Amino acid sequence: MEVGAVFQAAFALVVGLDPDFLGIVGLSLRVTLTAVAVAALVGLPLGAALALARFPGRSAIIVCLNALMGLPPVVAGLAVFLMLSRSGPLGPLGLLFTPTAMIIAQVILVLPIVIALTRQVIEDLWGEYRDHLRSVGLEGMRAIPTLLFDGRFSLATALLAGFGRASAEVGAVLIVGGNIAGYTRTMTTAITLETSKGDLPLALGLGIVLLSLTLAINAVAFGASRIGARYAG
Amino acid sequence: MLDATSILPLTVDAVSFSGGGKLLLEPNSFVIPAGGLTVVLGPNGAGKSLTLRLCHGLLDPSRGAVRWADASSGARTLPRRAKRHAMVFQKPIMLRRSVEANIAHALAASGISGPERKARGLQALVRFGLAERASQPARLLSGGEQQRLAIARAWALRPELLFLDEPTSQLDPAATRQIEELLTALVAEGITVMMSTHDLGQARRLADRVLFLHRGRLVEDAPAAIFFAGPQSAEARAFLAGELLW
Repeated sequence: MEVGAVFQAAFALVVGLDPDFLGIVGLSLRVTLTAVAVAALVGLPLGAALALARFPGRSAIIVCLNALMGLPPVVAGLAVFLMLSRSGPLGPLGLLFTPTAMIIAQVILVLPIVIALTRQVIEDLWGEYRDHLRSVGLEGMRAIPTLLFDGRFSLATALLAGFGRASAEVGAVLIVGGNIAGYTRTMTTAITLETSKGDLPLALGLGIVLLSLTLAINAVAFGASRIGARYAG
Repeated sequence: MLDATSILPLTVDAVSFSGGGKLLLEPNSFVIPAGGLTVVLGPNGAGKSLTLRLCHGLLDPSRGAVRWADASSGARTLPRRAKRHAMVFQKPIMLRRSVEANIAHALAASGISGPERKARGLQALVRFGLAERASQPARLLSGGEQQRLAIARAWALRPELLFLDEPTSQLDPAATRQIEELLTALVAEGITVMMSTHDLGQARRLADRVLFLHRGRLVEDAPAAIFFAGPQSAEARAFLAGELLW
């Protein structure tokens, strides 16, 4: 097959709005965005708390989190697989090979990024705000809401980094999702499968959509945070 | 001014402070009664800022005690509602929010509820000539306006005692003049002011009383007129003559 023809077929697939194709794109977005939302909900307050708290073992936790940012997705997938498999501790829930399992695996991949980057952002902001916040009586954990709100533009970048990691990975969702057509097949797992089958147009079409979506989300977030940052100074 | 009970006088009783194994502030004692403007004067590194922070409760003394007349306003634990002293810093700390929201945030942090917060915020904006700037981002104000907002924000908390740490050291002469006029007006309003400066001219213009610090030691504590007319210590004489730089 010629490269030109592959691109042509991929383009037709994208503009043709094939239902199977849209299903794959939709599931990918649903899984990744849910995972990022959960990671944000948990990771932003935890990261902020880690920035402000002083306790023995804090440095060790920070080092571990930084290391976990590089956790191989297949390892995360394997861990979730073992937890959710029929004989695993969470086996009775019957979540293996469901979109929920994929979300759980991606949360594990995204959470360390969100916590580690939030910690850095909030620690810097606390350095700047400390005197004033303590002066008006916002000590310790009570300063967290203020810091999270005022760090919103930098924190958006942390969430984008998490989104990038989740949307790009294939190992974890493949292991815990099983790449079941119409149910747990995402863009990345489909690309892997179609490439190995030799259906390059579909693989390439999905690749183009994945790239475009990532680009679009980053552009919107970047624009919003630039405008916001200009407004807030 | 607010309640029947005043937090003043503030009694600083043999307060010293050590950091990094060094004695940064020797055991100093003084009393700040209600009314007037006290200038904490001295060269860089004399311990002026430390003294204000210890009084405001941002730091705990290594030895000695900071006592308020109304014990419930004890600064150590910074109780929200009971705290009736506020502080303005050398470099204005502006939240990444609008001018209005900066004031509202401080009020909310101090436990002031919705309608009252709004009313006080508006009052502060008008009083300090910031009403037109209300919805602008605070961090885009000029240096002078930022310090004015910092003072407005502190004033909205209705402090009996206002601490200012070198409030004009980063401002141009016009903005400095403006802040000085504001402070004079606040003292006339009945707010007790304690500010640090290394600017002799400013001290002469504003001070009712001078606490002169040198190398962490309170060398002189005198009414301004007496201090400037005839300082008792060699250090103060040298500082007034412009010879004592460290």
